[in-house]
Amino acid sequence: MTAPIETTGAAAEAQPEAVLEGVPSKRIEGRSLGQIAWLRFKRDKVAVAGAIVVILLVLIAALSRPLQSLLGLDPNEPNQSLIDPNTTLPLGDFGGMSADHPLGVDPKFGRDLLARVLEGSWVSLIVAFGATLLSVAIGTVLGVVAGYYRGRVDAVISRMMDVFLAFPLLLFAIAISASLQGGAFGLEGLPLHLSVLIFVIGFFNWPYMGRIVRAQTLSLREREFVDAARGMGARGPFILFRELLPNLVGPIVVYSTLLIPSNILFEAALSFLGVGIQPPQASWGGMLNQAVKYYEVDPQYMLVPGLAIFVTVLAFNLLGDGLRDALDPRSR
Amino acid sequence: MRRSVPVAAIAAISSAGLLLAGCSGGKDANGGASAANAATKGMVNTSDAKGGTVNYAISDAPESFDPGNTYYAFIYNFSRLYARPLTTFKPAPGEKGNELVPDLAESMGKPSDGGKTWTYKLRKGVKYEDGKPVTSQDVKYAVERSNFARDTLSLGPNYFQQFLENKDKYKGPYKDKSKAGLKSIETPDDHTIVFHLKKPFAEFDYLVSAPQTAPVPQAKDKGADYTKNVVSSGSYKFQSYQEGKQLTLVRNPQWSAKTDPLRKQLPDKIVLKMKVAQSTIDKDLQSGNTHIDLAGRGVDGQTQAQLLTDPKLKANTDNALGQRLVYTAINSKVKPFDKLACRQAVQYAIDKRAVQTSLGGPIRGDIASTVLPTDIAGYQKFDMYPQKYDAKDKLDLTEAKKKWKECGAGRTDTTILARSDRQDEVDAATTVIDSLKKIGINAKIQQYPTSKYFSDYAGVPKFNKKNNVGLIMMQWGSDFPTGYGYLQQILNGKAISQSGNTNLSELDNPEINKLLDTAIANTDQAAREKAYAEIDKKTMEQAVIVPLTYFKVLMYRSPEATNLVSTSAFSGQYDYLNVGIKK
Repeated sequence: MTAPIETTGAAAEAQPEAVLEGVPSKRIEGRSLGQIAWLRFKRDKVAVAGAIVVILLVLIAALSRPLQSLLGLDPNEPNQSLIDPNTTLPLGDFGGMSADHPLGVDPKFGRDLLARVLEGSWVSLIVAFGATLLSVAIGTVLGVVAGYYRGRVDAVISRMMDVFLAFPLLLFAIAISASLQGGAFGLEGLPLHLSVLIFVIGFFNWPYMGRIVRAQTLSLREREFVDAARGMGARGPFILFRELLPNLVGPIVVYSTLLIPSNILFEAALSFLGVGIQPPQASWGGMLNQAVKYYEVDPQYMLVPGLAIFVTVLAFNLLGDGLRDALDPRSR
Repeated sequence: MRRSVPVAAIAAISSAGLLLAGCSGGKDANGGASAANAATKGMVNTSDAKGGTVNYAISDAPESFDPGNTYYAFIYNFSRLYARPLTTFKPAPGEKGNELVPDLAESMGKPSDGGKTWTYKLRKGVKYEDGKPVTSQDVKYAVERSNFARDTLSLGPNYFQQFLENKDKYKGPYKDKSKAGLKSIETPDDHTIVFHLKKPFAEFDYLVSAPQTAPVPQAKDKGADYTKNVVSSGSYKFQSYQEGKQLTLVRNPQWSAKTDPLRKQLPDKIVLKMKVAQSTIDKDLQSGNTHIDLAGRGVDGQTQAQLLTDPKLKANTDNALGQRLVYTAINSKVKPFDKLACRQAVQYAIDKRAVQTSLGGPIRGDIASTVLPTDIAGYQKFDMYPQKYDAKDKLDLTEAKKKWKECGAGRTDTTILARSDRQDEVDAATTVIDSLKKIGINAKIQQYPTSKYFSDYAGVPKFNKKNNVGLIMMQWGSDFPTGYGYLQQILNGKAISQSGNTNLSELDNPEINKLLDTAIANTDQAAREKAYAEIDKKTMEQAVIVPLTYFKVLMYRSPEATNLVSTSAFSGQYDYLNVGIKK
């Protein structure tokens, strides 16, 4: 199964570069595709920076609760004493920034913004990763099936993709999220809102992944190694999942990495519109929603969740671009 | 309820330094600098100058301008420009605006039969815009259509249907075409109208101040479509109406000052623009493009901060009480809140100071401890569940925890309802959730739009039961400025209905029911007011309502507009009867 990869253009192109770098002739004997990709990735400074930021973000999100208690912060604790009761704006400069509240506090409540951004980070990432996983799973399976079997199967799946792509996603997401807020599937509150967001974002985004996988499969299935497998008596499922799928890992990884930031933005958009995460749970979109009502008098408040979203989305996009260049240089 | 009524007290915080200036701000004819809250103490920019266009704006679009098909305080106020009810409130500042005066009637009602029969004489010489005379039959018809044809005109309250004698089960003028109509309203001649009630009702003069008594000529009535072409009996008439966009009123040439001591007919034109964003209205008020925010609910949070930090802008604000209470209703039919101790624990646990800030601070209302707002006659100050704060401004929860232990519910999950399109209400609910978490109540919020809040969600007892709704965010203003008009719909067991319910606690206490019934039959005003205070105390003993704040509006007073006075009778809104414009 690894055999055909050796013959791909990617490897062939990559080798001379690698040779130039390698010093003595005895080390020439070989690098796996992974090693080559890693070498190429390492040289892309921007992508490496993106990767570092992403790793940091994931760490922060995973450890956000322990971090909060370590810093002694509570995202939902109101601080009346930090708010001007008449204007309901934070007291002090820059939205109430102080040693205790390095990013300031929010208007009306006086809740610590650092704690809320931290709390919002795991919400954003869990929704983005969950939704990406869901659309990748559906998209990959249906895409590879459509591409391999072609004919009627392909026609049915492809038209299904067209239907999904034609869906007014935002309106649909608003309708579903609004109608399910009472409780469904035995869930309610935050777990329900998270699952609804993951479902809505993931389920309606799979055709993008599906199309890419289908196109790749269409070209791969004509390759000699597939013919060989077939000649040796391999059947559909084996070829699909043991022969074709491993060769699709590259594009799948690349496009998942690019899907994550768009899902983060979508989650923020839904929460901004008030149909995503419900208060008092902190989320970046929800914070923006509140901040936009004060942008003239407390602009700093808008900057905090805005920058968090900006940095996260940028980091994921840079990482995704870097991965694409490393794994699939032809697409440069 | 949707109707908000009012009185303007003076916001100590916002006006402390400007009190003196405010008092003299009453006669400010030449547009000199006026002071904050001037319009809550006297008329600002008093002027008889005629001409010009007064521009109104509103952020949504009212379903109807038909005086017989509305429940909004601002349309009660605005509709008087083109529809004259039997009585109305005198344009006057603050609580002085609660004074009833005859409008279409030449004097107040004459009660007989111990308050069961009320007789009104109409002014002579009042004409519609087409020159035809207004008769008492038209008033009778207006009451019939607005109260007895609920499937055609459903938006207004139905007090007349509840209180008028109706043995024959009269079905309203659209179904019952008989000439006699409702037998309990008599019109012995063209200028006399007699109402026969089931029970004595001492505050009937207030009831007939509703626009539902404004005359409607039967020949011109088109049912629900009457809103498109209301036949004017007031000083202005419809020129054009584009639903959801714009309403233009022009002078009614048939109106005569001789038959109307209240109206002045100053501007040439009145234009109302609908569906303008609140932030745009706030900006337009400051730039002079708009003169009045029709809804009168006040500016948004950002504008509030801007107005209060700029002394020049602040001088043009009015901070008025609205005869309204913001509260959390505790559902006494949902576990564990069917137990008194559990409800009492909630009373102690909700951090009212934090809630006040999330509602916009003291400018938007002082912390409340009673069901009756401070500006309703009969209000008595008391606090059955006093809250203590420590040096760090944290609420002392000893009493709350004690009561919660006594109630024995332990860790509890419940749901709190709030209106999704009211940010302040959602913010207040958020604070309530946070407060209750500290005594072991885990509340989650469910938000629904205002338009369906009472018809489909909070006002449906079955829905609340099914969804474990223990707490409901609420704001209540009275239908007319008396204790009865305020309390009846939210406390009377008989007011509980299966949809559109406003007795959200589902309180059905025989003692309170009886007090309400006997109070309204009592013709002695002082005794009535005493009863209202007693009802208030009994309700707080039951702990079914957690009073949060006595609602206040913060309005920007356009320096261009004349005759502005914030009246208690209309939720602190400016009285719209004689607003003119400087040339």
